[in-house]
Amino acid sequence: MHIANGIVDARTSAAFAIVSLVALGFCVMRGRADLDDRLAPMAGLVAAFIFAVQMLNFQVLPGVSGHLLGGALAAVLVGPWVGALCVATVLIVQCLLFADGGLTALGLNIFNMAILGTAAGYLVVAGLLRLLPGTASGAATTAFIASVISVVVASQGFVLEYAMGGTTELSLGTIAATMAGVHTLIGIGEGLIAATTVATVAKVRPDLVYALRRFRTAPAAATEAVAA
Amino acid sequence: MNKRLGWFLAGGLLVAILLAGVVSGFASSSPDGLDATALRGCTTDAGGEITGGTCIAQQEKDHQLGGGPLAGYGIRGLGDGRLSTGLAGILGVVVVFAVSGGAFWLVRRRKPVG
Repeated sequence: MHIANGIVDARTSAAFAIVSLVALGFCVMRGRADLDDRLAPMAGLVAAFIFAVQMLNFQVLPGVSGHLLGGALAAVLVGPWVGALCVATVLIVQCLLFADGGLTALGLNIFNMAILGTAAGYLVVAGLLRLLPGTASGAATTAFIASVISVVVASQGFVLEYAMGGTTELSLGTIAATMAGVHTLIGIGEGLIAATTVATVAKVRPDLVYALRRFRTAPAAATEAVAA
Repeated sequence: MNKRLGWFLAGGLLVAILLAGVVSGFASSSPDGLDATALRGCTTDAGGEITGGTCIAQQEKDHQLGGGPLAGYGIRGLGDGRLSTGLAGILGVVVVFAVSGGAFWLVRRRKPVG
């Protein structure tokens, strides 16, 4: 879902570059509290894994494909702040090294996929893990639902940017509906990948799943309180 | 970093390298959701070039770094076959891991809480 150069005008692109830069700076500040000797290398792996899976376009409709964006997956595995930084790193490397996603559109792409995608994914995760059990299957279900919503929200980020700085006279409603429709399908594909990944990590090393670490303590404390 | 975490990271990296290096060669080459949306309203020929109509994608400009050695997920000089895509993918995984892992390691909390 990488925007190329020229699709959104220079002024809007510059504005979103500033917004993204400020947001990423905030993520570094907040993320430092999460980044310990264990999470730092894990976050490097999450970024590398997202890069790899982003190369795997899968067919969603005849002549239309999609790939994982990774915001929800990153939020589950390493938390929202570090997760957004992981996705942003992937986008920066893709842009500079692989010419994927325009250089002038980098701020737009970071805003949609790293900031919006991760934020939406994490909000769903934080809500759902209060209802679902903090088990491998609970985390996988959460990752699936969070991914679908995260991808659709990220796709609407493009619609917002296009509304502000689009360069053709096409109906915004049509663009919004087309983007939401196709990204619901892509989100389901992403959800399946994210759920499989989270379930695997949660079985092998549950302590490395940020969302489980964060929410696992609450039910345990509640049980102790009842026992006492 | 302890030994068990080291093994987990090595395993994870191996999976990422296999995905980017091997599975990537079998990925769909159809335009993605955004590109397909951007092409709505236009007609295209077999090579995906726009032949007429009005659509978002007509405004697309070339990438400033489109002439780079890895541009378009391939090694320049190796064509765009599976080998070229796979090697570029493996290189990407290594670069992303090194850059992000290195940066996260540098800004991490030095002293564990408690």
